[in-house]
Amino acid sequence: MASLKMEGLKKTYPGGVEAVKGIDLAVADSEFVVLVGPSGCGKSTLLRMVAGLESISEGRLCIDERRVNDLEPAQRDIAMVFQNYALYPHMTVFDNLAYGLKNRGIKRDEIRRRVEEAAQMLEIAPFLPRKPRRLSGGQRQRVAMGRALVREPAVFLFDEPLSNLDAKLRVQMRVEIKRLQRRLKTTSLYVTHDQLEAMTLGDRLVVLNEGRIEQVGTPMEIYARPASLFVATFIGSPAMNLIPLDYLKETGNGLLNDLPEGTDLIGIRPDDLRLQAPSEPHLVVEATLELFEAAGAESHLHVRLTGNDQTLVIRTAGQPRVAEGEALRFHVTRDAWHPFNRESGQRTDTLKHRAAAVCLLDACKRSGTHG
Amino acid sequence: MVEHRPWSHLAAHLILIVGVALVLFPVYIAIVASTQGPGEFLRGTLPLLPGGHAVDNYRAMWESGLSRAGAPPVGQMLFNSLVMALAITVGKLSISLLSAFAIVYFRFPFRLFFFWVIFVTLMLPVEVRIIPTFQVVADLGMLNSFAGLSIPLIASATATFLFRQFFMTIPEELLEAARVDGAGPLKFFKDILLPLSITNIAALFVILFIYGWNQYLWPLLITTDPDYYTIVMGIQRMTTAADGDPQWHLVMAAVVMAALPPVLVILSMQHLFVKGLTETEK
Repeated sequence: MASLKMEGLKKTYPGGVEAVKGIDLAVADSEFVVLVGPSGCGKSTLLRMVAGLESISEGRLCIDERRVNDLEPAQRDIAMVFQNYALYPHMTVFDNLAYGLKNRGIKRDEIRRRVEEAAQMLEIAPFLPRKPRRLSGGQRQRVAMGRALVREPAVFLFDEPLSNLDAKLRVQMRVEIKRLQRRLKTTSLYVTHDQLEAMTLGDRLVVLNEGRIEQVGTPMEIYARPASLFVATFIGSPAMNLIPLDYLKETGNGLLNDLPEGTDLIGIRPDDLRLQAPSEPHLVVEATLELFEAAGAESHLHVRLTGNDQTLVIRTAGQPRVAEGEALRFHVTRDAWHPFNRESGQRTDTLKHRAAAVCLLDACKRSGTHG
Repeated sequence: MVEHRPWSHLAAHLILIVGVALVLFPVYIAIVASTQGPGEFLRGTLPLLPGGHAVDNYRAMWESGLSRAGAPPVGQMLFNSLVMALAITVGKLSISLLSAFAIVYFRFPFRLFFFWVIFVTLMLPVEVRIIPTFQVVADLGMLNSFAGLSIPLIASATATFLFRQFFMTIPEELLEAARVDGAGPLKFFKDILLPLSITNIAALFVILFIYGWNQYLWPLLITTDPDYYTIVMGIQRMTTAADGDPQWHLVMAAVVMAALPPVLVILSMQHLFVKGLTETEK
């Protein structure tokens, strides 16, 4: 139970490489915050700075209002789950869980109680006398979680804990982590490069790029209103389509005239290009179907814009009756446009267009049902 | 590639048998020779079957030794050798474990420099630096002492290197997990690194024990007091007896006894040795 505060955190490696370039972030008590970004964006470095495994070059790090910049990891009241689990191979599962407690001088009865409780919670009780090498990947993952759990720390830190698991187990463990965090209400910081994991796990997301925060918000806020081109293309799969405004103006209508100043790119989510024309005013995009991918409940249409070389990806529910090579018309309603400026990479309707934001709230609800 | 050709099987086995015989025959001869009476060797031909003097020979060597040749009882020399070999082995292991730990896990000024200093000592075995080392040991008054026998041989780079290589294969996350678990450097060393290195330690123990046991030149140089003679140099003394022919039957009894401790060490460490080679615990 604790809050976590970062003020201007910076990490400069010897040789002048800046991995983390000033992060300000406040994590509330019992909040689950996910740091997400492509590899090399500094998310792991940031997490390791919080853990105390990397030194902090500049800035302030507080756990529960206590400055912990110069404390050893063990004194920070945190627990960490590593990507490759980092279990002690020569110790039994029980000893793996108990090791940190022993080092803190906790009494033997209390250690036994806590280990057994955690083992119960994670369903690893039958494996307590085994060595880690006799466990499967998923079981090791649970042991690694258990080791964090028994510490009863103020903050949980997860460093891509699911990336070594196969796809099915990953989904299962993801649900379990979320459930566990809900139950324990321990403040958590979770690093991943998988945007789906980020969207589903976090109370809030922090999208990082090149050592800086691109955007902070709830998953749906970020999905519905990406603050920059980077976030727009990183979050959401398939990625958001970006169409030059000039092209749309050539083929489009008057709807595009009152866009915020500086807009030269329009982002449209793959779900927002509809085959059926809606009754409200909308934009029409003409394109040729190049490739049709059926993926069960949904289909992906890879199309090429008419009179332009750009390709788009469109996601529709079910299997529409279309043939490859067919010319199609797609309809985009007003609330599905994301105006950007290519030069700055920023969203252009950030402050001025409050009215649009109201529309976007609807969009938020809507995409919540099928996003 | 399993082939069933009887002739190639036979040939393979013949070659193996010849090889084993080549290795074992001298050992057999030594054992047989150690059971003969004093006169057998003087006839010029060596009997191939054991004689009836085994107990006499071994008892004589164990209790009194070849005093005419200036060699103390074998029991005494075995003890000296054991002390020296163990001191060298334990000393080398602990120093190289600690120095490898320092080199791999700590960032300190001139780390690379010290690494190279250790590396350079590889090029300077005892035989090369024997005169200056003797001078130093003599000045320190360590002639004719166990300290003088073992300490100069303890500093070595080989084991340090092996441990360094091994430590570098241990994932860094293990150290980090231990740090989060509240283990300081020495606790990490004791609780994690040592148990993980146990098979390597066993393998090196065998190698270093034999290295220490077989030391010849160094003990020969710095011991003049028979109380500190080691078995390997003692055997040499026996064969160069000043008055007349060496008493081979007694020398051979000493040789057989000298060969036993290394064999025992290898046998007792064997399961760890094999485990270390066949099982990866990471």
